[in-house]
Amino acid sequence: MADVAVSAPVTVVNRRFRSLRPLLREPRVVWAGGFLIALALVAIFAPWIAPKDPLEQDLMMASLPPIGFEGYEPGYYLGTDDLGRDVLSRIIFGARIALTVSLVAASLAGLIGSLLGLASGWYRGWTDRIVSRLVDIWMSFPPVLLSVLLVAVMGAGLHSVIIAIAIIDWTRFSRVVRAETLAQSSLDYVTAAEAIGFSRRHILWREILPNVAPVIIALLSLEMGIAVIVEAILSFVGLSISSDAPTWGGMVAQGRQVLHESWWVLVFPLVTLFATVLAFNLLGNGLRNALDPVMRR
Amino acid sequence: MTLTSVFNRLAMAVLTLLGVGLVVFVLLRVVPGDPVAMMISPSATPADIAALRAHYGLDLPLAEQFFLWLRDLLHLDFGTSISLRRGVLQLIGERLPATLELTFAALVFGILAGGIVAVAGVLLRRTPLEAVMDFVNGLFLAVPDFVWALALVLLVGVLWPIFPLSGRLDPALSTDFYTPFYLLESLARFNWTDVGDVLAHLVMPTLALGLPLAAVIARTLKEALGEAMVQDYVLLARLKGMSETRLVLQEALRNAVGPTLTLTGVQFTFMIGGTVIVERIFAYPGIGNMAIDAVINRDLPLIQGIVLVFGALFIVINIAVDLIADRLNPRQLHG
Amino acid sequence: MTPPLVSIEALSASSVREGGTPVLRDVSLTLERGEVRGLVGESGAGKSTIAKALLGILPETIRITGGWLRFEGRDLLTMPSGELRAMRGRDITLIPQDPQTALNPARTIEAQLTDGLRMKLGLRGTALHARAIELLEEVQIREPDRVLRSYPHQLSGGMRQRILIAAAFAPGPKLVVADEPTTALDVTVQKEILRLMRRMQERHGTAVIFVTHDLGVVAKVCDSVTLLYAGKVIEAGTTADVIERPQHAYTKALIAAGPRYDRPGQGLEPVPEAIFRQLRAELAGTAAKGAP
Repeated sequence: MADVAVSAPVTVVNRRFRSLRPLLREPRVVWAGGFLIALALVAIFAPWIAPKDPLEQDLMMASLPPIGFEGYEPGYYLGTDDLGRDVLSRIIFGARIALTVSLVAASLAGLIGSLLGLASGWYRGWTDRIVSRLVDIWMSFPPVLLSVLLVAVMGAGLHSVIIAIAIIDWTRFSRVVRAETLAQSSLDYVTAAEAIGFSRRHILWREILPNVAPVIIALLSLEMGIAVIVEAILSFVGLSISSDAPTWGGMVAQGRQVLHESWWVLVFPLVTLFATVLAFNLLGNGLRNALDPVMRR
Repeated sequence: MTLTSVFNRLAMAVLTLLGVGLVVFVLLRVVPGDPVAMMISPSATPADIAALRAHYGLDLPLAEQFFLWLRDLLHLDFGTSISLRRGVLQLIGERLPATLELTFAALVFGILAGGIVAVAGVLLRRTPLEAVMDFVNGLFLAVPDFVWALALVLLVGVLWPIFPLSGRLDPALSTDFYTPFYLLESLARFNWTDVGDVLAHLVMPTLALGLPLAAVIARTLKEALGEAMVQDYVLLARLKGMSETRLVLQEALRNAVGPTLTLTGVQFTFMIGGTVIVERIFAYPGIGNMAIDAVINRDLPLIQGIVLVFGALFIVINIAVDLIADRLNPRQLHG
Repeated sequence: MTPPLVSIEALSASSVREGGTPVLRDVSLTLERGEVRGLVGESGAGKSTIAKALLGILPETIRITGGWLRFEGRDLLTMPSGELRAMRGRDITLIPQDPQTALNPARTIEAQLTDGLRMKLGLRGTALHARAIELLEEVQIREPDRVLRSYPHQLSGGMRQRILIAAAFAPGPKLVVADEPTTALDVTVQKEILRLMRRMQERHGTAVIFVTHDLGVVAKVCDSVTLLYAGKVIEAGTTADVIERPQHAYTKALIAAGPRYDRPGQGLEPVPEAIFRQLRAELAGTAAKGAP
């Protein structure tokens, strides 16, 4: 009897972790993951990869078109903006900001949301009631307006952007994690663990969390995509870091201004943004598919 | 939904709105940064500043400020905008119609486009075209309105300048509007030049807002239709000799809209949130665009008013969606 | 001489998925106008495949490998899809198995009952409504006006099955395929529905293919019967002949198993295993004969 009870939770956990290998057979995970790893490498080694200084202005070199167009200046592969800054170098350095913000903000949102979701799904009762009510109130704020509001209140800057994203988007995690925890807690392995006499907290961390973890990982990837966009929106509105700094959103905002004179200032950062968001999304959905086919939205 | 449950929902809605108002109110006041300091000339004396603070009630204790604000709200007094120096209600009244016309246009577009794509997808089951449509739909699902808006700006601004990219009306048109509902009013006056111009200005922001909505509707409706199409009653209808198109439209569609509608409602509230940035990108004079300016100028009364309006819109839409869903479900209607 | 209403000749079919397992082996049967024929067999015997082939709704996983399927002398298997659709719902209609799922929950009874009248006979307006009421009276539904305005979930299973029967007979078809129309119903309701079907059939002079696994039902409503096992015709003839003078051991065993309206195979005596062995041996024999 005890034998059965001990082995049941262990096998469930093991099955989950062994299932990490089929991830590589999910094409979305391979392609999107590959793209994002490449992007991360570009960001890390930006000073060695970028052909120019992203902040250096040179009015003699202002508004140069990209390679293949008339007036192209060698070395400025994707052209320059109206202040003569190299678009390619700014995109490369922009990747640093975008990926930093998305990684930190998504982790924070994931941490807060997962803890609250686990707690309300496992302990239920008043914890659940309070968290659910909070989620309801949060959902009735338009997220873009709330983020603009938070950043305005905290003052523009990278820290504010990160905190704003975490404060707004924890609900995405808590809702799904709560549902998943509820579902897991009715499974036999939890009953078996309770029968052995493990404490509630022990069961939550050692038995349930490993089984909810795949869901959290998939959500993290999706959230990183959202964070990239929110950062871009806040830069676009002018509430992220200073307009000098090479952010994709800031470049896009600038490109919107000079659209008719130099379209390339908008096109290249926008394409980068598009590809990055798409990659995070594909990776997240691929992970979700490979790790947990029954996950609800 | 019974009348009592509608009342319950409304009561809950008022409570939620109060919560939203309180959160914003406190948030804006506990942080450093004096809105009055921003609007006054550097040469002003401390006495001038104090007078101005007293004028806006900013010198009172926080709780008292909140209750005064609530009391004024009950009298439909939303206060005066600090940066624009006009009544908040009046400003919202001027801008909200523009946003409503835009969101309504985007909603109509999203439902029509999403519905057509879903029906076409079901009719094209197991053909190569279905895979193509699913792929394109996936792109629209993955990429948010902000990016689509800018992509549209590029497309129309650089490659194919057929639609205006900013504003709501060509300044060259000298029509005097009596109401802020330009589209409705020009329609009512049969002023086709104005109708055309207002519509042309609506096209780009409508597409940016409506495309992600259309993608969500297309996917969920297609799934629901696919499920309905294998039901026995569809088989029986097929045996009665109905054409495939008619099977989808007459037999499957009505059973499939229920689940789709709920999701459309959720997505529609997201879309209302999306107006903030889309209006900004297209310099569309709606309430979302004004919200960003208000935040940047730390215009407390205006921010509070706008956030309340957004909260109210969210709640109204959610209740409306529930009501429509009930109407569409014959079980609830007669059972 | 007019050809029989339905003539199936040496029809064979196999499953695409399961490595070409035969689902029909050399099946032949004829159905005259106004005849009620039971197609009897356990699940997987091929009775539903024959019904679906007649209706032109074979799933893609089943392929016809040989034979003919004629309706009034014309081959249904090679008929252009347009003609097939025109014929469906007018000349051949279906009474489905489960009245719970066969009615669209979002359309009124009137709309669903009159589909065939509108599309196939072109009836409109008051004539259509009057005919709908007539149809409901014919299947003995009281308060037809109220029922016509109802949605399916407001009616009992027996009521819905009556409506489905009325809809099947409405366009005046030559053939009605009844796919186990009573299995989903209570035993008491079953009897009423069977009586109703027989009366409707006699009044309209319609031929009926009655798919069932229940010999007791066959004895009640069918003129003739074809008994299938694993896609092969085991025994065929008039109901009286087959029930009173069964030739095949399987038939005898089925009759011994007792006429149960509800659950087959759970009768008084189960079919002995030896008979299944004999059946399998016979099937192996025909398969060997069929192979070159």
